[in-house]
Amino acid sequence: MDMIITISSGFFLLIGSFLCFSGAIGLLRFPDFYTRMHAVGVTDTLGAGMILVGLMIISTDFLVFAKLAMVLLLTLLIGPTTSHVLAKAAFHNGLTPKSLSNQEKNNKEISSSNT
Amino acid sequence: MIDIILLTLLVVVAIAIIRMKDLFAVVMLLGIYGLLSASFFVAMDAVDVAFTEAAVGAGISTLLMLVVIAMTGRKEKTNRHKPLPALCIVLITGGLLIYGTFDMPHFGAADAPIHQHVAPRYINDSMAEVGVPNIVTSVLASYRAFDTFGEVVVIFTAGIGVLTLLSVARRKEDAEKISSINDSMHEQHLVIRIVAKMLIPFIFLFALYVQFHGDFGPGGGFQAGVIFAAAIILYAMLFGLNTARKVINQTFIQLIAAVGVLLYGSVGIVSLMNDGNFFNYNVLASDPIAGQHLGILLIEWGVGCTVASVMMIIFFSFAGRLELHQHNERVKNQESS
Amino acid sequence: MLIAATLAIFVAMILAIIRGVIGPTLYDRILAVNMFGTKTVLLISLLGFVMGRPEFLDIAIVYALINFISVIGVLRYSDTNQFKHSPNDNESLKKEP
Repeated sequence: MDMIITISSGFFLLIGSFLCFSGAIGLLRFPDFYTRMHAVGVTDTLGAGMILVGLMIISTDFLVFAKLAMVLLLTLLIGPTTSHVLAKAAFHNGLTPKSLSNQEKNNKEISSSNT
Repeated sequence: MIDIILLTLLVVVAIAIIRMKDLFAVVMLLGIYGLLSASFFVAMDAVDVAFTEAAVGAGISTLLMLVVIAMTGRKEKTNRHKPLPALCIVLITGGLLIYGTFDMPHFGAADAPIHQHVAPRYINDSMAEVGVPNIVTSVLASYRAFDTFGEVVVIFTAGIGVLTLLSVARRKEDAEKISSINDSMHEQHLVIRIVAKMLIPFIFLFALYVQFHGDFGPGGGFQAGVIFAAAIILYAMLFGLNTARKVINQTFIQLIAAVGVLLYGSVGIVSLMNDGNFFNYNVLASDPIAGQHLGILLIEWGVGCTVASVMMIIFFSFAGRLELHQHNERVKNQESS
Repeated sequence: MLIAATLAIFVAMILAIIRGVIGPTLYDRILAVNMFGTKTVLLISLLGFVMGRPEFLDIAIVYALINFISVIGVLRYSDTNQFKHSPNDNESLKKEP
């Protein structure tokens, strides 16, 4: 039984840390804000959830378990919400995605060369 | 190992803050700095300090600085004076201070004076004398109650200062203008409104938990007050200042801020009248331990009330000022166009 | 495994700081702070288990809440003129309708 608990929690922790790590790489390496936000928004929630589930498995106290569950619920609620609002505010305040702005530039160049 | 990594990151972030010219970026990095130093406190086992740093350093102060930047502008002013003499003085002072640390006992040494003076009594006897499992609370609220009283008065004074300087509703035409501003800006942000509606009751509950659980774990009046105020600030940001002003009466908050300090002080007075020292809670009840519990409960309430209401006062004054500023600009733009 | 997860989170924190320092637009910085906040919550929960003091979890809850509030605050006040996306931030400026 102990064996199963250790292995399963280790499995969840491993997946969680891999996801967090890859999200961070994405945050650093991706070309513009929206792709970065995609990387972080997707991996952060899942990675945090995985790590918290891994910790919940090895927790012995009920209170600790309940608090971890509370943190998990909060992350699940808050993470997507902030991503959504952040993207909305960025687009609203005039930050265009890179591919879109390139397209616009190309279009302008084409139209200016035509005229 | 963890300490070293965290300290290195702290230094890196601090240098980056100094080098930045964009004030918005500086505020964001200060948020990171607050989070980092709080995790450093956690790694050093100073849980109560980490709690306060989390609530104040990373949360409220970031918000207040942002409101200020929204009024004053994002660019740092270029300084014209030559900083060379100042650098010399700082280097010399720093060198002397580092030289001074060579005489200090080694970090964490058991025979250091700080661990010999009053700390053994706190650690050994606080459970018998005060009966509160969390030593930090017993030191803060019972042994050092007078110092904490000073802190609460300082917070109260800050609230009064902000009110005198920034109180917006002083002039009549301004007051009319303020009530005409409709600032529920996130009308279209349905998602965030619903999530906030779900979270705000939970935050209130959690603040009360922190308030009353301070005897047994990390927490207490200061942290609870800040968390409570944070919930109301969240409400004010999403649903507009005027709605929040209708929900929470401003005069009532100001009254509560004063009542908190009074409650704290009167506990001391009552203990004086019962033939004890100032803030000696043993005389408050027939049993010394019960008296200590009662005293700590009351003064934590006083601290919580004052901190929460002063935080709200500061935020409402700052944000109200910003709103007036934006409203004036909008009117000016409309007139010119 | 706990130690490995802690290390992974440290690395993620360092990368987030780098993005926060260089991040060309202000939204990149907000994103970095937000991610840093979630990572801090995880770090504190993990540290509680590594050091055998799970009562640290109270702080993790506070962090999650405060992080949410400060991000909302940033977005609320990034609406003012001072924070309009300026063209010298290397991206094209779109006129507000």
